[in-house]
Amino acid sequence: MQKSTLVFLLLLLSALAFQVGRQKSLKAATGQVKNLHSLPVYYGYYTALWCGLPALLLLLLWLLFETPLITQMVIADLPPELASLPGDRLSLLINDIRNVVSGHIAASEPAIQLAADRYRELKGLSDLILSLLAVSLAVAGAAWARQRVVCGFRARNRVESTVMGFLIGSSLVAILTTIGIVLSVLFESIRFFQLVPIGDFLFGLDWSPQVAIRADQVGSSGAFGAIPLFTGTLLIALIAMSVAVPIGLMSAIYLAEYASRKFRAVAKPLLEILAGIPTVVYGFFAALTVAPFIRDVGADFGLSVSSESALAAGLVMGIMIIPFVSSLSDDFINAVPQSLRDGAYALGATQSETIRKVVIPAALPGIVGGILLGVSRAIGETMIVVMAAGLSANLTFNPLSAVTTVTTQIVTLLVGDQEFDSPKTLAAFALGLILFLVTLALNVLALHIVRKYREQYE
Amino acid sequence: MSKPNERIRRTHEKVMAGLARRRAAESRFRLYGLASIAGGLCFLFIMFGSIIHHAGAAFQQTFMALDVQFDQQLLAPDGKWDDEVLQAADYGALLKQSLAALFPDETLDRQQKRALSALLSSGAGYELRNILVADRELLGTTQRVWLPASDDVDLYAKGQIDRTIQESERRLNDQQLGWLDKIQAQGRLQKRFNRTFFTAGDSREPELAGIRGAMTGSMLTLLVTLLLSLPIGIATAVYLEEFAPRNRWTDIIEVNINNLAAVPSIVFGLLGLAVFINFFGLTRSSPLVGGIVLTLMTLPVIIIAGRSALKSVPPSIREAALGIGASQMQTVFHHVLPLAMPGMMTGAIIGMARALGESAPLLMVGMVAFIVDIPGGITEPATVLPVQIYLWADSPERGFVERTSAAILVLLAFLIVMNGTAVYLRKRFERRW
Amino acid sequence: MRNPEKQPSTAAFSREHAATVGEVHAPRARIQCRTVDVHYGEKHAIHDVNLDIGHNEVIALIGPSGCGKSTFLRCLNRMNDTIVGCRVTGEILMDGQNIYDESMDVVPLRAQVGMVFQKPNPIPKSIFENVAYGPRIHGLAGSKLELEEIVETSLRRAGLWDEVKDQLLHPGTSLSGGQQQRLCIARTIAVNPEVILMDEPCSALDPIATAKIEQLIDELREDYTIAIVTHSMQQAARVSQRTAYFHLGRLIEVGDTAQIFTNPRHQLTEDYITGRFG
Repeated sequence: MQKSTLVFLLLLLSALAFQVGRQKSLKAATGQVKNLHSLPVYYGYYTALWCGLPALLLLLLWLLFETPLITQMVIADLPPELASLPGDRLSLLINDIRNVVSGHIAASEPAIQLAADRYRELKGLSDLILSLLAVSLAVAGAAWARQRVVCGFRARNRVESTVMGFLIGSSLVAILTTIGIVLSVLFESIRFFQLVPIGDFLFGLDWSPQVAIRADQVGSSGAFGAIPLFTGTLLIALIAMSVAVPIGLMSAIYLAEYASRKFRAVAKPLLEILAGIPTVVYGFFAALTVAPFIRDVGADFGLSVSSESALAAGLVMGIMIIPFVSSLSDDFINAVPQSLRDGAYALGATQSETIRKVVIPAALPGIVGGILLGVSRAIGETMIVVMAAGLSANLTFNPLSAVTTVTTQIVTLLVGDQEFDSPKTLAAFALGLILFLVTLALNVLALHIVRKYREQYE
Repeated sequence: MSKPNERIRRTHEKVMAGLARRRAAESRFRLYGLASIAGGLCFLFIMFGSIIHHAGAAFQQTFMALDVQFDQQLLAPDGKWDDEVLQAADYGALLKQSLAALFPDETLDRQQKRALSALLSSGAGYELRNILVADRELLGTTQRVWLPASDDVDLYAKGQIDRTIQESERRLNDQQLGWLDKIQAQGRLQKRFNRTFFTAGDSREPELAGIRGAMTGSMLTLLVTLLLSLPIGIATAVYLEEFAPRNRWTDIIEVNINNLAAVPSIVFGLLGLAVFINFFGLTRSSPLVGGIVLTLMTLPVIIIAGRSALKSVPPSIREAALGIGASQMQTVFHHVLPLAMPGMMTGAIIGMARALGESAPLLMVGMVAFIVDIPGGITEPATVLPVQIYLWADSPERGFVERTSAAILVLLAFLIVMNGTAVYLRKRFERRW
Repeated sequence: MRNPEKQPSTAAFSREHAATVGEVHAPRARIQCRTVDVHYGEKHAIHDVNLDIGHNEVIALIGPSGCGKSTFLRCLNRMNDTIVGCRVTGEILMDGQNIYDESMDVVPLRAQVGMVFQKPNPIPKSIFENVAYGPRIHGLAGSKLELEEIVETSLRRAGLWDEVKDQLLHPGTSLSGGQQQRLCIARTIAVNPEVILMDEPCSALDPIATAKIEQLIDELREDYTIAIVTHSMQQAARVSQRTAYFHLGRLIEVGDTAQIFTNPRHQLTEDYITGRFG
């Protein structure tokens, strides 16, 4: 049975169970609903939950573990010379087998055909067992629940605790996501650091991961010194922030302090459009229009500008970050109490003096928080740098030359054909770990500052 | 201290002395502010202008009229012409013949013939086949058919070929340009609405490439994201706002959610790769994996919006329901949640719009593969619109520049509609308590 | 507004008004207000007020909440400019020049007419910076030494020096409410204003802090003209020489403080003084 059919069937059974439970409760109440502890629908929900939930949970578990289990069993049945292949070759072989099973390719050798047949057979068996188990679980659950439906039974409380369970479970997803991120980058990074010493990675000045693959010498000849990536990332983020902070802050000041209501109503949403444009669009614009423009202007001044200059990527990224800086700053400038402004005005300060000496210092923690979030975004931004910055890991602070960034390297290392155990792919996870840690620190710091500041004025 | 009046007079003089300078500083400062906004908006307009400028051409495609003689001898040499024969027949030869017939007084060597054939799209043969399969009566007759021209001819027809460049640097050589001038003079070149762009999947040839595959992929991915993130997001928001006790544990969850909202999207991609593909063995490149990754990314947005929507429902509503004996769960689901729904939906739409524009994490889970077929389900390999844009932007063919821009326009149109809906919802259902 | 029957028609009011308002002119007028009206959008907040404020006097503006006394006070240094939709008509003359004139610059005006607010509002910087801010923006100090001198003098005059001299670099917000308010007064006098406007300066303070501020006001009278809005009639009686009573945006009565409190001419003034409403 197809899994979608099975899901549909289980839903149908649950709907049936709902009716059964409701009818039973009505019968038990002998027509007087007030005899029941809960409304009849709750007995219906209760029965339906017992019918559908266990079966669907079983289905979910099955889905998660079916493929790995079947794969293990197929591997176990492979001829010994195939089963003892090294990890990466084996995974290629498994891929081949799966492709044969799904009919994408024809088997290249009989052993694979055999394994594919075995795979198919196991899969069919697994599907059958699953269907039988799930349906009988559903029916049994419904029957058990129905038998428990009597007048005094607290169905509503049971249903509500199930819903509560779902609510709590949902709120754990966020925690699980963080744990998942930490574990996935941490484990692969640890494997990477077993191949490449952590010191070489963090302080090495030379980044050329492809060498290791070509020379087929794991770890020894490939250079994984990430300093050029860090400097490249910092350079681009620095350029971006030196565009975004003044423009964003001045825009926020103008919108909050000077602009008429009408002007604000038009300009603010227009500026915020900048935040809603997909980054791939910025990347395209940077690569197609801005980078050549900067190169041509540079050529006019007799400067040789790389066609993938850090300047172009940083500039466009800065524009993207403007609304992050401006809208948060705007909020905080507006939160500064009018009495502080009045104090300065009453001394005879001009508006700009009031803003510079009173409003900005008062809103500073919030503005700094906003800027830190902007930096975190600049460091983690991917598409603009992938499309507009280069791949060459130059250790330079010249904004006119090409540099590469952490995110660019993660993408280049992981896109395309990959062997999962090579230091090349593992390096991407190590870079991901650094990226996560740095942005985490920035975010926590920024959110802490912002939160503190909000409390101060609330 | 001097006499008050004297002192006040001196102060006044000093204040007046600095006044002009301070007034100038004031207007300068104001000007900086205005210039910043103008600068930001200017960039926005230049970017939109540039993209629209490039995209315009992509909605038209050049077709070339050929008088094709559906030669029985060539197509079905052994006299049989059932479907199989027609499917496999050599339409390329037919096209070559028809092209050569345009220039009867020129004798061409092999290289020149190839140059001539290059004027037509490599998809022209399929077009011919489809015409013939649809109407078999045409066999043996000569028909004037409009066939898609190659991307270079397309550029030629749109006036984007610079003849002043050296021949070796150009995509079309002098002879090809000569042919094209003649073809154009005969009225055999025509620009038509580019239907292919909306109906085809990806292709290596710009004139055959379309966004339907990527659009379908985006829709499937968003569907998965919506189905997962909406219930989980709302449930989390409801739990944290309505039920959760205020303790360290919920504090951790809250900080954690705020932080997740600011984690770089590519990190979610790494999570998807390591956990869902490598550990759980879900299909690479599938909308299922992409959707799950985007779900984890979108959740914080939905949760944060949902919580503020719930917060804005006044406690009096809750007290009213609790006061007549409703359970807390009933209160929330019957009264609070319906009132908070518009706000939650607004948040959800904004989250979905962000997910629609996201590409970096999808690169990590393999949705960047070159996929020609239009995906039929959430476990089939697919790509999405932003990734398609990335792929095309990387392609060297000039014809892809305009198609990339056009795809961006389509993407932006979707985003505008989604955000517009969110704004409308907010305005329509905004309630002040 | 507890006595709606006591609201006479405008014409009747004017007649009665002229008879009971008292002496609005001051012998040595520092500020002269003529037919001042204030509107907030649609709302007519101040009706046709004529009032002089004389040299080196403390004038108290009293009246029930919402009577327009604060609004009137804020007119005198054009603080109402910061409120969107606020419109002031009539004339307010200072040194013979209308401060609402097109050519009038608010910056030197506010340097001349300082203001202390209801809630202490120190700038989120150090105590020193709070006081130094005014002289700094107006360029009053030629050197750092001079600036320090101004700060010290101002803090001394505000009676705060001994309490804060060791913590000048601490944030202004770290002080107690009364100290903050005295800091704000020090900040104001650091610019050498001629007139100081005080908008209920003690309403957020405890009695001891209030007593200190009141003593300070008394001392400052030697050098400055002070207009103080207050809710407390005792305070008005204690610190002022003249008192003006406002009611629903109109100046009802003005005169020597002693006279207003002992022998009010207008029924409304009497009702207010005797605590019938307020």
